Amino acid sequence: MPEPFLELVDISKSYPGVVALDHVGLAVSPGEVIALIGENGAGKSTLMRVLGGVVEPSGGTIRVDGAERSALTVAEAIAAGIAFVHQELNLFDNLDVAGNVFIGREPVHGGPLRLIDRKALYARTQPLLDRLGADFAPDAPLADLSLAQRQLVEIMKALSLEARLVIMDEPTSSLTLSETDRLMRVIAGLKADGVSIIFITHRLNEVMQCADRAVVLRDGRMVGALTRAELSPAAMIRLMIGRDLKSLYVPPAAPPGEAVLDIVEAVTDTYPERAVSLSLRRGEILGLAGLVGSGRTELARVIFGVDPLRGGVIRLEGDPIRAASPRAAIDHGIYLIPEDRKGCGLLLDVSIAENISLPDLSSYLRFFLVNTAQETENARTQRERLKIRAPDVGTTVGSLSGGNQQKVVLAKWLSMRPKVLIFDEPTRGVDVGAKQEIYEMLRRLADAGVAILMISSDMEEVIGVSDRIAVMHEGAISGFLDRSQFSEHNVLQLAVGHAVEMRVP
Amino acid sequence: MNKKDLSLLVLILVVGAVVAFINPRFLYVGNLSNTLNQVGMFGIFSIAEAFVIIIGGIELSVGSVIALLGVIFIDLIVNHDVNWVLAVAAIIAGGLVIGLVHGALVTRMHIQPFVVTLCGLLIYRGAARYYTEDATAGFGFGASFPTLEWLTAGRTNVLGFPLPHSVMALVIVAGVAWVLLHRSVFGRYLYAVGKNEEAARYSGIRSERVMISAYVICGGLTAFAAILFAMYTRSISPAVHGSFYELYAIAAAVLGGCSLRGGEGSIIGVVLGTVLLQVLQNLVNLLGIPSSLNFAVMGAVILIGVLADQYLVQRRHHVSPAKGRGQTSVAAAPLERVKVD
Ligand SMILES: Nc1ncnc2c1ncn2[C@@H]1O[C@H](COP(=O)(O)OP(=O)(O)OP(=O)(O)O)[C@@H](O)[C@H]1O
Ligand SMILES: [Mg+2]
Repeated sequence: MPEPFLELVDISKSYPGVVALDHVGLAVSPGEVIALIGENGAGKSTLMRVLGGVVEPSGGTIRVDGAERSALTVAEAIAAGIAFVHQELNLFDNLDVAGNVFIGREPVHGGPLRLIDRKALYARTQPLLDRLGADFAPDAPLADLSLAQRQLVEIMKALSLEARLVIMDEPTSSLTLSETDRLMRVIAGLKADGVSIIFITHRLNEVMQCADRAVVLRDGRMVGALTRAELSPAAMIRLMIGRDLKSLYVPPAAPPGEAVLDIVEAVTDTYPERAVSLSLRRGEILGLAGLVGSGRTELARVIFGVDPLRGGVIRLEGDPIRAASPRAAIDHGIYLIPEDRKGCGLLLDVSIAENISLPDLSSYLRFFLVNTAQETENARTQRERLKIRAPDVGTTVGSLSGGNQQKVVLAKWLSMRPKVLIFDEPTRGVDVGAKQEIYEMLRRLADAGVAILMISSDMEEVIGVSDRIAVMHEGAISGFLDRSQFSEHNVLQLAVGHAVEMRVP
Repeated sequence: MNKKDLSLLVLILVVGAVVAFINPRFLYVGNLSNTLNQVGMFGIFSIAEAFVIIIGGIELSVGSVIALLGVIFIDLIVNHDVNWVLAVAAIIAGGLVIGLVHGALVTRMHIQPFVVTLCGLLIYRGAARYYTEDATAGFGFGASFPTLEWLTAGRTNVLGFPLPHSVMALVIVAGVAWVLLHRSVFGRYLYAVGKNEEAARYSGIRSERVMISAYVICGGLTAFAAILFAMYTRSISPAVHGSFYELYAIAAAVLGGCSLRGGEGSIIGVVLGTVLLQVLQNLVNLLGIPSSLNFAVMGAVILIGVLADQYLVQRRHHVSPAKGRGQTSVAAAPLERVKVD
């Protein structure tokens, strides 16, 4: 193994009320792929932000090529060859691909006029695209790219900076399986070129697939490291949460009941030519799989009344309903837990308690004022139930780690009485332990008679949790799978629009 | 009272003390009472503005509305012998309708609030001038409305101090607004919509209605202020009456901690902001500063106040001095304050 060029020694970082990092050390050698894993709030992102120069550690030293520093600035980190691909991508969707890659460093001509040299810009972008095997052009508008493609743009930005180390914070949490595969190949390619990679993920199979070693954080401390030979999901889970996990699937307590929500030939704005029909049954978890862009989120938005229904009927317990707004849907007992938690799920600089009570404020009324004591108490209960890691329910949601923010979104809806729950990527960014808790909760809700639609791009989750799977392809349902037909292969076949051979169980 | 309000209060006391030290006339009962009267009238429409700013909107037509509704009010009671109770009701209703129209244009037609209310500013000013044919509207000789005058422009002796009724009205309005904004469900909705309209909608809040209500409340309160101003000035030249008042309102709201991005601000802050602006006005008069510098002084103080506040916020969030952290990056490094994960 070549000498490490970068070392973190005894790095600590505390925030008011939280010790995010407690004497953590990490050394990075050229061409090494390190997976950084741990529970939500373990300090993974914080450690990487220290490396990227975004956060100043409260203690410890950073050694780059032998030179010691107490902190890096973003400029110093870039100069040292460290590139940071943030999970929430920092891209401009009013620019094209090349413009994004070279933002702030555009090649210029025309002397003092400093006009942008478009030709040079595109010429420099093309090799980066080729290196990543990307299927879009340098002048493609960013707004037209999928999430996965945007991720590639971020990586290109890192490569164009001659990065020696690329940090990716949960790069795959919004990617589908095939996109994830491609990213894994990109990582292997970078490694072959001698670039080091640190990536954070909650999907352990990705670690198995491409990491040289895994570093495990818990409560801000480094609790262990696993070499390639020692890597196994069980070993990682044990280090991360300190115990073993049972298998995912828990069968329903009773066979599914009658249909609660019938969607008949529903047409959305995005796919005006396609119609979707499916029914959700009482007590059943229906997984909705498909590639990103297959129209799953659009369908959820129509059911929830965010977007208009362009055709077809939605029936709740037999009666046609027309949810013209989320309020109307909520009044019918239909709730949506949205996928984009920052944009639609949360008020970031508002407290946990106020976020949780928001959809149901009227039940916290005392005269016509908000009963804050009851609000706080309910938030505490939810925090216990979901193990939301925060100093207090008065903490602003924006300062929580990603997975804990997701739990707050869930808590918002669980304190109410749903008939139909639609989860759009319910465990995006959530750690294995908490995922298990969320799955158990889904099952409890289903057993209590709720009909659940779970949109998910996480194959393990779709197969492991659903009672039945519907797969979407380009705006229409391409097939349903019963438990006996569940397999990665079948889901993928349907997701790309092929038929599956139906086996007789 | 939060930290921000407290520091504003301290600032007011400091400025007041300095003025009083240089010119003791500042503390004369007559002067204080007059200043308070101004605070009352300006405070009411500043609170009106705050409602709109909190939902992330802006209302630029405040001054023009005050002029238009003012001339109509005087015309109704002086020239058309309308019972003043009816006239007051009609004017308030007019304000509510204006708010409703603005709110509907913003939410239903998706026109930006700046544009909608800028057009309002121009239209209502023009309408006011046209209405009186650019003449001054006022109370003629003999026209007298003792009850109305006493209610709106009168003063009551409280412990020997002539307390203007406008300021009492402000206290009531502020009290109700405080409960509404800081304690009621509706207030939560206002802040939620201002912070993140999308998330509010997903939480089942009818965000369009909430936004329209904010404009309606703003219109109603502005109409109320228009009546107070009409009764106080007793004569209105429609070309200048109330001009720039929207800027006073925005300034008071910003001083009081409202963010023009929405979702922030407190009623106490807005009232204190109004007080500060009026004390500054008074300072210009009393210290013999040329009145042409009036706006310049105000602008400078607001700028300093906002800068100081920004500085304090940064100090609180970056406990240790950061060396240009976060600005140097090509990658637009996220602020530490709002966590990007
Ligand atoms: N700016 C901040 N202010 C206050 N607390 C913070 C801040 N940033 C992080 N924290 C806290 O530090 C701890 C570690 O957070 P971090 O984001 O590093 O977790 P993580 O391991 O990335 O978790 P996840 O898997 O959920 O993304 C958390 O308890 C979090 O609440
Ligand atoms: Mg994180």
